[in-house]
Amino acid sequence: MPPGNGGGAVLSIMDLCTPLSHEVLMLRAGDRVTLSGTVYTARDEAHLRMIEEGIPFDPHGAVIYHCGPVIQGQRVIAAGPTTSARMNSLSGFLIERGVRALVGKGGMSRQVADQLKGRGVYLAFTGGCAALAASRMTLKGVFFEDLGMAEAVWVIELDRLPLVVGIDAAGNDIFEGVHRNAQAEFRKRFSPKKETPA
Amino acid sequence: MIPSPDPALLAAITRATCEAFRQAEITLPPDVKQAIRTAEEHETSEVARGELANILANLEMAEALSVPICQDTGVPVIYLTMPPHVPLNNGIYEAIAEGVRSATREIPLRPNVVGPLTRENTGDNTGEGMPVVHVRPGDRLTITVLPKGAGAENMSRIAMMLPSERGLIPKFVAETMLIAGGKPCPPVVLGVGIGGTFDGAAALAKEALLEPIDTMTPYEKEILAAVNALGIGPMGVGGRTTALAVKVKTAGCHTASLPVAVNVQCWACRRATVEVPC
Repeated sequence: MPPGNGGGAVLSIMDLCTPLSHEVLMLRAGDRVTLSGTVYTARDEAHLRMIEEGIPFDPHGAVIYHCGPVIQGQRVIAAGPTTSARMNSLSGFLIERGVRALVGKGGMSRQVADQLKGRGVYLAFTGGCAALAASRMTLKGVFFEDLGMAEAVWVIELDRLPLVVGIDAAGNDIFEGVHRNAQAEFRKRFSPKKETPA
Repeated sequence: MIPSPDPALLAAITRATCEAFRQAEITLPPDVKQAIRTAEEHETSEVARGELANILANLEMAEALSVPICQDTGVPVIYLTMPPHVPLNNGIYEAIAEGVRSATREIPLRPNVVGPLTRENTGDNTGEGMPVVHVRPGDRLTITVLPKGAGAENMSRIAMMLPSERGLIPKFVAETMLIAGGKPCPPVVLGVGIGGTFDGAAALAKEALLEPIDTMTPYEKEILAAVNALGIGPMGVGGRTTALAVKVKTAGCHTASLPVAVNVQCWACRRATVEVPC
């Protein structure tokens, strides 16, 4: 399959390449982008380790990928995103140190959206798309391998991974808007019928 | 005395279990693939279409590379039918567990099964009560596997409703998705178990996920419409398809009870059946 086929209308897509810089500040929630270059996988345990021991790579313009991949030898077998919300309270220090994008699934909290303001973005990748992701990845290295396969920090080279801007640098959050609308629709449909006052 | 099953039959059961996992993990059933394609055609939002296009591209890639669709290859749930002439004993259960171990090594699957309190990984996707095996009598010996990922399973719910509240079942199902949002990797399939007992309703909800999703009853369509009206959409980015289908299974229950369970299944609605000749 040719690259770029994963995202439908290819023309509207902006191509990002690491290290990221001010260009991420122009992105708007709902924009579709592709990402190429280096990403660092990190889940719960890797965040805790980095808070304790420091960041083992240059965080300036870097991208964190919330992912616990299946690695076999030097090959990425399956590497879809994990639920980003687990890292809600663990991401602030990365953004402060210059990380420009967090990639994962399902969205993040208002706290993270505030931390990203004027600094960076949250990019959503389609959950479950482990084979598609792996087909666009090359393994470059690893930190904290003692944490185990799922929790180690893997250094991965991406080739145009198709993503959506979930939270932009102005604090707009597509997941928050969708949830608000869902709540309103639920209330409208299922609220008990209003009693007519006597 | 119950005769021991033929060792050749046990070996065939192990191979069939492994083969059923290989099919389920790499290729989605045709009805599920078609439902995702139809959803992509019906979405009007560019972002929602993009998510579904990624899912369809991923399905092609998994088949082309013979790798699992998703890195969460699930925990093993197995439905077995046994013909009258084959005795059911521990040998059969052990043969199925061996099939799970083979599948974990050969496909490969991510070892997901841990002790619930120690959180120690058994390394081979078997363990206390794992795989889950449900047995029914049948004409033929068939092994159906349903690998169940955690993201969707974690958003499942059960309620002991009042018999007078049966009109509120669609509300309970829609509320389950309102709480879940994008977390269970929508568009989902919702298995709904109504009636039976507390545990029985949950078992029914999971069994409902084995049903083909290209047909629905008017009641199932009514619940589906309520869920899709929420607009959560593919992966929670907003859109018309929050659920691909709702499947309901019912059982008789106590006159004072109304158990209702919703088993949430991500878009990777994996299931496969392999028959063992005997």
